Amino acid sequence: MKKALPYILLLLLLCWHMVLFAQDRFPRPEFESGHVYPTNQMTAPRAQVWEYIDVLVLIAALAVTTWLALKKRSRRGLIWMSVFSLAYFGFYREGCICSVGSVQNVSLSLFNTGYSIPLTALLFFIIPLLFALAYGRVFCAGVCPLGAIQELTGLKPVKLPKAVEVILAFVPFIYLGIAILFAATNSQFIICRYDPFVGIFRLDAPYTMIIFGALLLLSGIFVNRPYCRFLCPYGVLLNLFSRFAGKHLTITPAECTNCRLCEEACPYNAIIPSNTEQKSEDPQKSRKRFIIYFLMVPVFAITGAILIYNLAPAVSGANSTVRLAREIRAEKKTGIESELKNVIAFKESGKTEEQLYTEEESIIERFRKGSPWVGAFLGISFSIGLISLTIRSKRTEYKPHQGKCYSCGRCFKYCPIKVKI
Amino acid sequence: MKADKNKYQSRRDFVKTAGKLIIVAPLVIIPVFLAKKTSVKGYVWQIDPLKCTQCGQCKTNCVLTPSASKCVHAYRMCGYCDLCGGYLRQGVKTISTGAENQMCPTGAIKRKFVEEPYFEYTIDEKLCDGCAKCVKGCGDFGNGSLYMQIRHDICVNCNDCSIARTCPSNAISRIPASIAYIPKDKR
Repeated sequence: MKKALPYILLLLLLCWHMVLFAQDRFPRPEFESGHVYPTNQMTAPRAQVWEYIDVLVLIAALAVTTWLALKKRSRRGLIWMSVFSLAYFGFYREGCICSVGSVQNVSLSLFNTGYSIPLTALLFFIIPLLFALAYGRVFCAGVCPLGAIQELTGLKPVKLPKAVEVILAFVPFIYLGIAILFAATNSQFIICRYDPFVGIFRLDAPYTMIIFGALLLLSGIFVNRPYCRFLCPYGVLLNLFSRFAGKHLTITPAECTNCRLCEEACPYNAIIPSNTEQKSEDPQKSRKRFIIYFLMVPVFAITGAILIYNLAPAVSGANSTVRLAREIRAEKKTGIESELKNVIAFKESGKTEEQLYTEEESIIERFRKGSPWVGAFLGISFSIGLISLTIRSKRTEYKPHQGKCYSCGRCFKYCPIKVKI
Repeated sequence: MKADKNKYQSRRDFVKTAGKLIIVAPLVIIPVFLAKKTSVKGYVWQIDPLKCTQCGQCKTNCVLTPSASKCVHAYRMCGYCDLCGGYLRQGVKTISTGAENQMCPTGAIKRKFVEEPYFEYTIDEKLCDGCAKCVKGCGDFGNGSLYMQIRHDICVNCNDCSIARTCPSNAISRIPASIAYIPKDKR
């Protein structure tokens, strides 16, 4: 042992030398002319203060929109509000941060360790919901940049058949469920990735998204607010909260006279007509139907849960680690070397395949855990939709549907009753 | 009849209040639950130069054109070589500033004579498009003093960074905005 000691010491020294100079294949120069190293100008990111100013602007914009929609009842004012929001949140802030995408940040931080949600994102998520709970969907009316761009381009409103509208209105629920699942499993943020208008705000996007955004805007000229109605996942939450709104925009400033002039005013089918003239159904019959549908709630919930649970392994392909593991497995099976960049990077990284496979398994396991909840959520929303069809209440006036109404104020001018403020 | 209506009305009111309470609950619970997991300072995206494999996707996958990810030079690590793996193409016949010899497709790297035998290489960021060819060349043959960083004066800080999503080596992640950069020469 004593004899070997010098050699061991020498080896240690050699190793130490290698560690010290591992990076440097070429020695650093010793300048004789007194040359000084240039410095890199690492420009700092946007100051944090501005992020909080964004939040203040959001609150102010919501307050003004609420005042314009509920108190002032000015469609013109709401349009100017849309222009402002489009300019500020859209073109100036370039669409990030927005409340629609913040759903994913909340989901990511709720179900993952190691990510703490920025306070601004949390505020952007909560504040519009609070306003919806108090005053209806004023956020959609004039604050959301995505809503604003569609509101301003919705020039020739055409009504969709009610059946089409009802069926398409279920898409946002699926979108929301999947977006939350993907964010919760730390896979990707699909709401941001497939945001159709952010490319317009930045004047730069993948061409597929530009085509998608342009098509949506074009169809939006006739079928107003296509994104809000048939895609927007945050709209699902706003819809829910707005149903319980304390105060809500009204079509008429005073008492409704049932003149029916506003019947065709809403391009979103969000005006519920009065039904005093309609014959009411046999209460016994409708009660029976209500009970049946009510008992169907767990059936739909369980069906949805099972359905999505079985889809979990397929859906987990949204995660890049899962995709990589599948690619490597396929490579092993076929014997053809993969040319994908992530496969090459994986081989360089020195991780073993077993590590990758266990990681893949744990991610799929998380998908399995989350997916039944998404399915149950979809099932319950669907059955609540059915139940709402069976409930008939007596209505003596024309009122906006609190869930569907965007508080855009298109119906104001249809009401013949004028009240001086 | 009137009493009946009142009965329905009160039931409806009850359902409404109950619904309201159920709905408000998560709005209260989520912030309380997230209280410890909220950061006041926020995040920015950044490339870890030690994980980066110079695949070149930063150039094409950023939502901005040209990409917000640029090459940065850690001068203190540089060997100031004449034959530079980041500046010159592999197998060049002459060591010169001729365009046909340069590795950088946009000519963003400038070569300047300092003293015998040292040359200094600086990057013109306006020209750099983030293709990472020079970074690969420098890492393969030199000291690895060239590396990729996301420049925050250009980056719009997307909620879902599209180069992070496609980065094959998961080198891009959120880092606290107060740190902002991962410089190679300060480690």
